[in-house]
Amino acid sequence: MIALGRTYLLATIAFLYLPIAVMVAMAFNDSALYTLPIEPSLRWFASLAVNAPLQLATRNSLLIASATSVIATAVGAMAALALERKRFRGRSLLRLLLLPPIAIPWLIVGTAMLVFFFWTGIGRGIHALLIGHVALAIPYVVLIVGAGLQTLRADLEEAAMSLGSTPIHAFFSITLPPLLPSVLAAALFAFAVSLDQFVISYFLSTPGVSTLPVEIYSSIRKGFTPEINAISTIFLGVSSALVLVFAQLSHLGGKRDSR
Amino acid sequence: MRSENGTLTPRGRLARREWTTAALLAPAYSWLTLAVFLPLGAMLFFSFLKAAPFGARPLQFTFDNYLAFVRRPYLIDVAWTSIQIGLWTTGLCALVGLPAAIALARATRGRSQQVLFLLIVLPFWTNGLVRVFSWTMVLREGGVLDYALHLVAPSAPSVALLYSFPAIIIGLVHAYLPYMILTCYLSAAAIDDAYIEAARSLGARTPMIFAKIVLPLSLPGLISGAILIFVPVIGSFMEPRILGGRVGVTMGTVIEDQFVQAFNWPLGAALSFTMLAVVLIIFGVSSRALSARFGAQ
Repeated sequence: MIALGRTYLLATIAFLYLPIAVMVAMAFNDSALYTLPIEPSLRWFASLAVNAPLQLATRNSLLIASATSVIATAVGAMAALALERKRFRGRSLLRLLLLPPIAIPWLIVGTAMLVFFFWTGIGRGIHALLIGHVALAIPYVVLIVGAGLQTLRADLEEAAMSLGSTPIHAFFSITLPPLLPSVLAAALFAFAVSLDQFVISYFLSTPGVSTLPVEIYSSIRKGFTPEINAISTIFLGVSSALVLVFAQLSHLGGKRDSR
Repeated sequence: MRSENGTLTPRGRLARREWTTAALLAPAYSWLTLAVFLPLGAMLFFSFLKAAPFGARPLQFTFDNYLAFVRRPYLIDVAWTSIQIGLWTTGLCALVGLPAAIALARATRGRSQQVLFLLIVLPFWTNGLVRVFSWTMVLREGGVLDYALHLVAPSAPSVALLYSFPAIIIGLVHAYLPYMILTCYLSAAAIDDAYIEAARSLGARTPMIFAKIVLPLSLPGLISGAILIFVPVIGSFMEPRILGGRVGVTMGTVIEDQFVQAFNWPLGAALSFTMLAVVLIIFGVSSRALSARFGAQ
């Protein structure tokens, strides 16, 4: 039974990874028509170097993801602090309000942003993408930093203040240092959320200003070329690396082995 | 305490504390208001308009957009396709994911369990678009599946699954399976070993233990996984477009069309809100069912 379970598990993992492996392998195939067997070549990676729209979109993606990460982490960590450490009326309502950006299908949120931004004159483009991405990342940051705060003792900070420390000093010297891994994990997560976001970016980008996933989508719709495989492979590598670092920081693998 | 050295009265301290709380919360919630809540409100407003209020067009209110399903019968077919896609995807994810989650929770442990867990959740944090694109390489005529089949059976007819209903389902199951494994794993891992040992010492065999203990106790994970999958799948538009081609007309793609191609924003808004209402009803009903379950335990 145990052996059967393990075999089944490995088969499931194979199903999850096989198409991705195929996609990556095709990036190194010389044929423009994906003919098999594979003839190794790096020409599709080389042709990325002269693909200006793709490079511009990549730069936009990295720029927006970095800015999203910084803003969402700062703003979200502040909110997490208030939600975890302060007692006030309406706290559970505010917690509940974090759910819509996560739970409502992105298609609906994305089109709603398009309608509102267009109507109010905010318009589309980099700034609109940034506003949207930060909003999507904030709930995750609040949840991750909030979970980190729950594992810390609140009374240490109070002890420091009763010994004459100012609240701000107490926060930076007592609360923040052990909280840093959670904050860092939240920042990484926000970065990944922004980098991978497609649906909302799709509605908020303009023909001149788009992000990498939007650019990949329009290339797919124009027709398949192995160049898409090459850029997707690089993209996949970067986001997997981010998740692995995040997993390290937040001990994602479930309970830590204490046996 | 600061009040003891006389700088702040208790009342002043309370006021100051409230001010700090508000200052900590304001940036995050203003941002969410600007980017999520006001837009949703604006879209609700738009859904009752005859035409989008751009230029000097006067506002004309109407309920017509919500009658779209009556006026345009093809939308009923489209909605039915979306629901079918949702049911197939959720069902197959449950069928494949629950055993995998139980195997992960009960048949592995320690370091290998951590590694396998990470292997399962890793793909769902990589770009969904890239994963859908991967399937086009496998499913197209002359793709990897076709090639592999002809290596085994050279005379077999060619298989081209791309641009078909099954292709959409395969892509969506691949995209959402990790959710199901994750939620079921959390339930299955929480089962107390003592139950299983007790059953075994009383003479129960493995299939009996599976059917009477492991399966029922994993059900909450199955239900929350099903909700987490069904809701976004109904609203999916990128997967049906890429893998379904002309077959892939769903609520998601129809809504997308209203905003990107047809520029009938009020209709798109009304369709979005109809879908949102369905989503909320599903959430409401299932959370009630879930809390009833947990309340009974």
